[in-house]
Amino acid sequence: MTRAAATGVAGTATPVGTLAVGAIGVAGTRPRWRVRLRRDRALLVMCVPALVLLGVFGYAPMLGLVMAFQDYDLYDGILHSPWVGLANFQQLFTDPGFLHAFWNTLMLFSVQLVLFFPVPIALAILLDSLMSRRIRTFVQAVVTLPHFFSFVLVVTIFNQVFGGAGALDTFLRSHGVTSPFDFMTDPGTFKFLVTSQLIWKEAGWSMIVYLAALAAISSELHEAAAVDGAGYWRRLVHITLPGLKGITVLLLILNLGYALTFGFEQMLIQLTAVGPGAAQVITTFSFENGIVAGNYSYGAAAGLFLGATSVILILGANKVAHLFGEDGLYRK
Amino acid sequence: MTTTMHRLLATAERPAWAERPRASTQGAKSGGIAVILALILLPLYMIVLTSLSTQAAINAAGGMVIWPHGLSLGAYRDVVSGGVVSRALLISLGVTAVGTAFSMFVTILAAYGMSRAGSFGHRTILWIMMTTMFFNGGIIPLFLVVSALGGYDQYWALIAPSAVSVFNIIVMRAFFANTAKDLIESARIDGASDWRILWRIVLPTSKAVTAVIALFYAVGYWNSWFNIMLFMPSDSAKWPLQMVLYDYLTQNSEMVNSAASGFQSAAPTLALQMAVVTITIIPVLLVYPLVQKHFTKGVLLGAIKG
Repeated sequence: MTRAAATGVAGTATPVGTLAVGAIGVAGTRPRWRVRLRRDRALLVMCVPALVLLGVFGYAPMLGLVMAFQDYDLYDGILHSPWVGLANFQQLFTDPGFLHAFWNTLMLFSVQLVLFFPVPIALAILLDSLMSRRIRTFVQAVVTLPHFFSFVLVVTIFNQVFGGAGALDTFLRSHGVTSPFDFMTDPGTFKFLVTSQLIWKEAGWSMIVYLAALAAISSELHEAAAVDGAGYWRRLVHITLPGLKGITVLLLILNLGYALTFGFEQMLIQLTAVGPGAAQVITTFSFENGIVAGNYSYGAAAGLFLGATSVILILGANKVAHLFGEDGLYRK
Repeated sequence: MTTTMHRLLATAERPAWAERPRASTQGAKSGGIAVILALILLPLYMIVLTSLSTQAAINAAGGMVIWPHGLSLGAYRDVVSGGVVSRALLISLGVTAVGTAFSMFVTILAAYGMSRAGSFGHRTILWIMMTTMFFNGGIIPLFLVVSALGGYDQYWALIAPSAVSVFNIIVMRAFFANTAKDLIESARIDGASDWRILWRIVLPTSKAVTAVIALFYAVGYWNSWFNIMLFMPSDSAKWPLQMVLYDYLTQNSEMVNSAASGFQSAAPTLALQMAVVTITIIPVLLVYPLVQKHFTKGVLLGAIKG
């Protein structure tokens, strides 16, 4: 951060141009940075509300993470709670509940990645192949709509279709199936339920990026290939898919950065219906132990482990993205 | 539906070099699209229809209604006549309105405050803000901070902790940095203050991006659920709509059982539940066309990529 600050100050000499230089020429004796501070006072004041909010609700909780090394007590607070070193972490890594949550996180994420990831790409290719603008706009509007629904709403909708008293259940019962399979509460198929909810909610939204990439492929390439006798499928394999490679690799890498924090609300909403055996992930483990059970230090230890590994994953993912020559979450 | 779509697909503007697809390909494509549309629209249709159905219609269907027969507005009359749901609806609208206004106030100021190349310390501030995108204290310390400030069971706890989206600030900042540069420069030379420039020049020229970001904040507040779970899990008199919906969802089996064992309210239980679901969807549907319009306008494309 210090380095960024230094470049920020140094880098300003050129773009400000005549105005600042002129001011300094007149003032002469005063240091440059004080002149600039005076000039930009209003701009700095404007940043204050956001900085205060981020300080209170972003940085203060970060400092509060030291409680992971304490046996935190609500009445003693951070300042007077006893320090316990790494005891919480030792307990964490031998807790079968935590290890199971860790396993669930990785497993749910992998299934989701394999099954969800190709869907938006396929959807974009299908939509892009539609010639009529009107239909394309309409289909796009419909498939992106569920992105704006909350997970509570999405799970409710799934429940009304697949749940114990849902439409599918009713249909099957009225056609002679005595005890239909309950997709909403079965722990064994929970990974597929989670993935289908994600596909229903997010596939259309994720598709937009690929649509933009498809639009960027020059139609001359397609035309030249078609004139040379390449059919639709050949053009798909040799022009369309290579055109999507860059963005696909980028999104794949960025996705990996969020592997451990994946699906918190979605799991928490369905935790009671499906049971912790299938739906407990690290984030919900931290919430259940820390808030619900009131074991603050233990939950915070799980949270700190999660935050630290996530930072490593995200920074690593961006590093890899840069190696591939892409921008990633931030520019190099 | 498939046949109309088939015809429309066939008569569209196809480039001269592209071959006319075979009827089988065309059919498969139309079929695929029809299935995709049905997967999204059919559940929504059933939910709205069931919310409008009489007890007799629900009984005849054995649950969710697919063919309309016996329509009634009873559920909605019940829902808006001053019970849990009408209160939750007002609370949700209030939190969304106040939250969006507050978020926009903070976001616009910060975005403009950091938008000028070479202004004092703007890179440092940007880094301080962006750090929170990569790392945060997690749920438990946040809960303790908000509790220590007296936020437990308070409405402000549903707004303040999530009021600033650094991401939105960055999107807006990028936009402000490129808007009306010459105009701003000459206004500054004429001695206009930055407050005046923001209000008179920057905001009027950035209506689109402002509107889109406001809509995103609004949808976020409307949909937020975990904040309520964290900060007011037990005070059901203060619950916004999403929490009422969650309560219905997790109590679902009980409610269905009590309905089956002869308990009758003025409107059918299932219709009431579906009315709540519908009411949760409606505001999203109302703002959706406005957001949708801007998807393709670059603002959001860059945003999604990041």
